[in-house]
Formats: sequence, structure tokens, C-alpha cells
Amino acid sequence: MTLKLPLLWLLAAVVYAFLYVPLAVVVLFSFNDSALNAGWVGFTTRWYELLLADADMLSAAANSLLVATVASIAATILGTMAGLAIHRYRPRLLPALVLTPVAMPEILLGVSLLLFFRQVLDLTLGLASIVIAHITFSIGFVAIVVRARLQGMDEAIFEAARDLGATPWRSFRHVTLPLILPAIVAGALMAFTLSIDDFVITFFTAGVGVTTLPLQIYSMIKVAVTPEVNAVSTLLMALTLTLIAVAARIAPESIRARG
Amino acid sequence: MLLELRNVTRRFGALAAVQAVSLDIEAGEFFTLLGPSGCGKTTLLRMIAGFDAPDQGDILLEGANLAGTPPERRPVHTVFQSYALFPHMSVADNVGFPLLMSRRTREEIVPLVREALAKVHLADKAADYPHELSGGQKQRVALARALVNRPRLLLLDEPLGALDAKLREEMRSELIRLQRDVGITFVFVTHAQTEALALSHRIAVMNAGRVEQVDTPERIYEQPVNRFVAEFIGTCNLIDATVAAATAAHLGLDLGTLGEVVAPAAPGIAVGERGTLALRPEQIRLSARGHAERLRNQFEATVRESLYLGDVTHYSVALANGRTLQALAANSGSARAQLFSTGDAVTVAWRHDAGHFLR
Ligand SMILES: Nc1ncnc2c1ncn2[C@@H]1O[C@H](COP(=O)(O)OP(=O)(O)O)[C@@H](O)[C@H]1O
Ligand SMILES: [Mg+2]
Repeated sequence: MTLKLPLLWLLAAVVYAFLYVPLAVVVLFSFNDSALNAGWVGFTTRWYELLLADADMLSAAANSLLVATVASIAATILGTMAGLAIHRYRPRLLPALVLTPVAMPEILLGVSLLLFFRQVLDLTLGLASIVIAHITFSIGFVAIVVRARLQGMDEAIFEAARDLGATPWRSFRHVTLPLILPAIVAGALMAFTLSIDDFVITFFTAGVGVTTLPLQIYSMIKVAVTPEVNAVSTLLMALTLTLIAVAARIAPESIRARG
Repeated sequence: MLLELRNVTRRFGALAAVQAVSLDIEAGEFFTLLGPSGCGKTTLLRMIAGFDAPDQGDILLEGANLAGTPPERRPVHTVFQSYALFPHMSVADNVGFPLLMSRRTREEIVPLVREALAKVHLADKAADYPHELSGGQKQRVALARALVNRPRLLLLDEPLGALDAKLREEMRSELIRLQRDVGITFVFVTHAQTEALALSHRIAVMNAGRVEQVDTPERIYEQPVNRFVAEFIGTCNLIDATVAAATAAHLGLDLGTLGEVVAPAAPGIAVGERGTLALRPEQIRLSARGHAERLRNQFEATVRESLYLGDVTHYSVALANGRTLQALAANSGSARAQLFSTGDAVTVAWRHDAGHFLR
């Protein structure tokens, strides 16, 4: 036992190192005053300044934010409705329909959406097709979170609301909605995060001329991993971590409110 | 008549959870549905509240058929066993909820909530959240919330079931006080017979979806209509009997090898009918053999078991033919009745006006 414990710690350290050292390196080199990702030269913020002057990068970032905002709002509304419906009516088929995209390989989803948009709908690929694709794979995540929240609650609460004089709508507004709000917000943040750093599905559904942040980064590193790529990756990472932290703060809240 | 159930039936697949139940409940009554778990009490309550609808039959509130009226439009409120307080609202907001739903203004709501909370002794908990309250306090909030806008009818589904024994007794008195105080009709559901006896003006005893008897607690206990009611309410000795004589005042009952006993007359019983003599344990007196006072119904017996319970002693005695009877003797302190122990030879006896013949 006494010998094994340090070994376990070492193993854990190695695993975490593999996970986080590359991320740390990216962050570090985004502040490195050298065009080569080789050795530390000195501190600078010029790569970030360069980023802000890069029109392609800015337009990709704007696209990403737009897509993520629209897609996460739509996915949150639809996913919440799906979660409520699955919980309330316990349908046989709906859960599978809503939740399958969550488990589906992204490449498959990307290819099938591409075929569907081009061959079936004859849609010109662009922002709209990206948004639709992102909504498709995000709904399931929101539905899962909302349904989990509902399952943890006493069904009698909702009956009590009706019993005490609330119409179905007012019962939803005054009781159901406030109770599932933490789940809805957590689901929305998840949908936003999934959308903003999605590469595979976006790659298939973007078409020509429209690019998002992950696509832009990919096209840049085909040439070389520049410090500018490090800088934009760092920003993306910061945004994602913030959203995850906010979602994690909301999740325990939802458990406490059960009374 | 406040509430009328006419032949209400509810089926779940092949199971008839409620079968042809007819009840009349008067305004101001404390009415109890009593029966074992699974006999259909909750199903009946849910139909009255509007969460479920009968397959057959009608439910009328003050003469108006409730069919098709959603729960929110029935002047009927429910106290759920799990309390069902809204966890995201303070105690005051919970209690104010029904008032808010009936579109009262803030100025109207505040004093009504205060008054309702004072009634259940929770005036100082208005700002608390449900998770900060004890079980008994949650129960009181649920009551205040259900009563605050004075429904015509209050339904309570085993509201004391989740409380511990001591609290349950306290809440029992509290419920009686509250009901007499607000004057609202209560339909109370329980599977605990002592609760039903203690609280109710009238009790409906249910069994497998049917109502077996509707009566006052005294009559339910003293004059059960059948073996089910007799056995479900308290302990009861049930002895097979054949009617040997029937007069206006008495019945002569043939107990087979034990011989004949006398029981109170019951209407419509004819000589030759077979049935059951129901005797409560406290109606049976035990005395040392040879020292018995002269009672009409008297048998030699042997004590099989005696359980000293403090206020009473519970005896199990065997008659000459091997049949056992349960008997209960009060222990009245220093001048207490003689205590018997296993193996003692005793005389068991009961008065000519004790017991009850069941067809
Ligand atoms: N929604 C339902 N679906 C199927 N069976 C039900 C449903 N609700 C109640 N039952 C059945 O009906 C019977 C009566 O139930 P219930 O009214 O809850 O009894 P009680 O409240 O007296 O314990 C039980 O056998 C129960 O399993
Ligand atoms: Mg029940």
C-alpha cells in the first residue's frame, strides 16, 4: 500500500500533464515575442494586436459568435420543449429521436447534413446551413439536462400548482420554468460552447466563402502554427472555460433548490 | 349537499381501482376515506380534485357536475402527502400563491397570508424557504396554503403519514381545531384507523375500490356492517354463529359446541341465519374461576398469553373447544384488576348487550 500510493500520484500527474501541458504551451507561446514556436524570448501582446487587425479572423469570429448565439437560443427553446415533452408524456420514440444525435459520430452527422442540404433541399450552403446543423446536434444536450432536472422533482409540485388555481400556462410560468431555469441556462451554455468550437460538422455544412473560428484556425495551421493561432486559440479557450465555469456554478444550484 | 359522488367508477386496464362509489358529503363535515393501501382512496381523491376523471358516474359539487372542469377551476384544494411546497418560493410566497392565481392584488395578499400563517403558528417563518423547515412545519405551510383562499372543499391525502408518531398526534388535534375553526369541509384520506376514529364526523370504509360502510366513528366501531369493517377497525373476535332465537330485544346465537349466547337484536335477522358474532376484546371480562360475576354469556377458559402494556393488559385465552379469544383488561393503577398469567384458569364473560351479529 505505502509503495503503491506515490505510484498512483505519479500516474495521475502524467495523465494530467498530457492533458494540460499542450494547452499551457499554447497559452504561453501566444505571449512569446518570437515568430517561431521554439524558445521563450520575451513577453508581448503583439500577436493579439495582429489578431485584431486581421480582417479574415475578425469575420470568422463574428460568424462564430452569430452562429453560436442563434443556434444555442434555438436549440435551448427546442431542447427545453423536447425535455418537457419527454418527461410529461413519456413517449416511446421521441427520446430516441432527440437523443440520438448526441451519440452519433460527428463525421456521420456532418456528411448526412451536407447531403441533405445539397441533394434534398438544394440549399446554398452558408451561415444558415451551419446554424441549422448546430441546432440539430445541440437539441439533445439541452433536452437531456432539462429532463434530468425534471426527473429529480416531485411530480406533486406541478399538480399542486394547478390545484391551487394556476392555468397550465401560469403553472409553467410560475412553477415549472423557475424550477428548470438552472437546467435551461446550463443547457444553453453547453449548446453555445458546442457550437462555437465545432469543427467537423461546420466543415461539412459551411460551403465556400463562409468560415468560422475553428475553420479559420484550421486553414492557418495548414501552413504553420503561428503565434497568431496560439493567440486566437487562447481566446477561444478562455471563452469556453468561462462558460463551463458558469454552467458548473449553476448546476449545484439546481440540486439545492429541491428542498 | 356539498359533494355528491354518484356511482363513480375508475378502471386501470382490468383493475377497477374505484367501483361504483356513491357518497354524500355535507358542508362543514370532516369526512374520512379509510381503507388499506391500494383500495382506491387516492384515485377517488384525484377525481374529486380534477387530476383524473371517472370512467363512469358523476361528481357534483353544490349540485354542479364537475365533469370537464379542470383542477384550477374547482374550488377544491389538496394537501399532498409529500406537501408539494414550491421549493423556489418562500413560505409567504407559497401561501400567497393561490391568491396570486386568483388575481388578488399585493395589498390584499399580504394580510391574508399573515393571517393564514398565524393560524398554523408559523408567523415567524414567512421569509424561510421550504428546505429550511421541519416536516411538521412543511405540513402546516401546506395546510395554510390550501386554506388561504377558502376553498369549498379541502382534500387531504394521508397528510400525517410522513410525520413521526409524536408529531402525528399533535397534528391530529391541530387538524380538528383548524377544521372547526375555518368551517371548511375536509375529505381526509388515511389507512390508519385510529386517525380516522379520532378526527372524523363520518368515515367511509373502503375495500378493493368499494365503499363498505359510511357511518360515524362510534357506529363504525361498534356496529360494523361486515367482517371486513369489523376486522379493519381495531381488533375483533369473530365467531361463527347461527341464529337460534330472535326477539325484539335479543338474539339467541348458537356457537356450535360452545353452546348458546345472547346478543343484541339486529333488524331483519331471522332464525336460522348463519353469520358471525363480532366481539371487541374490551367487551370480554376475565375473572378468576369461581369468582365471576353472573353474566349471561360465560365460558371457562385458560390464559394462553398475557401482554402487559401499561394502561391495559392484552390476553389471549383458549376456550374449551380450542378457540382463542382476544381480551383486553384495563389496569387501573393500585386498585387494578387482578393480573393473570399464562396457564391460569379463568372465566370469560360478556354482557348480553355486548357484541354484534354480522350476516
Ligand atoms: N395511474 C394508474 N395506473 C394504473 N394503476 C393505478 C394507477 N393509479 C392507481 N392505480 C392502482 O389502483 C389501485 C388503487 O390505488 P390508489 O388509489 O393509489 O390506492 P390507495 O390510495 O387507497 O392506496 C392500486 O391497485 C393502484 O396500483
Ligand atoms: Mg394513496
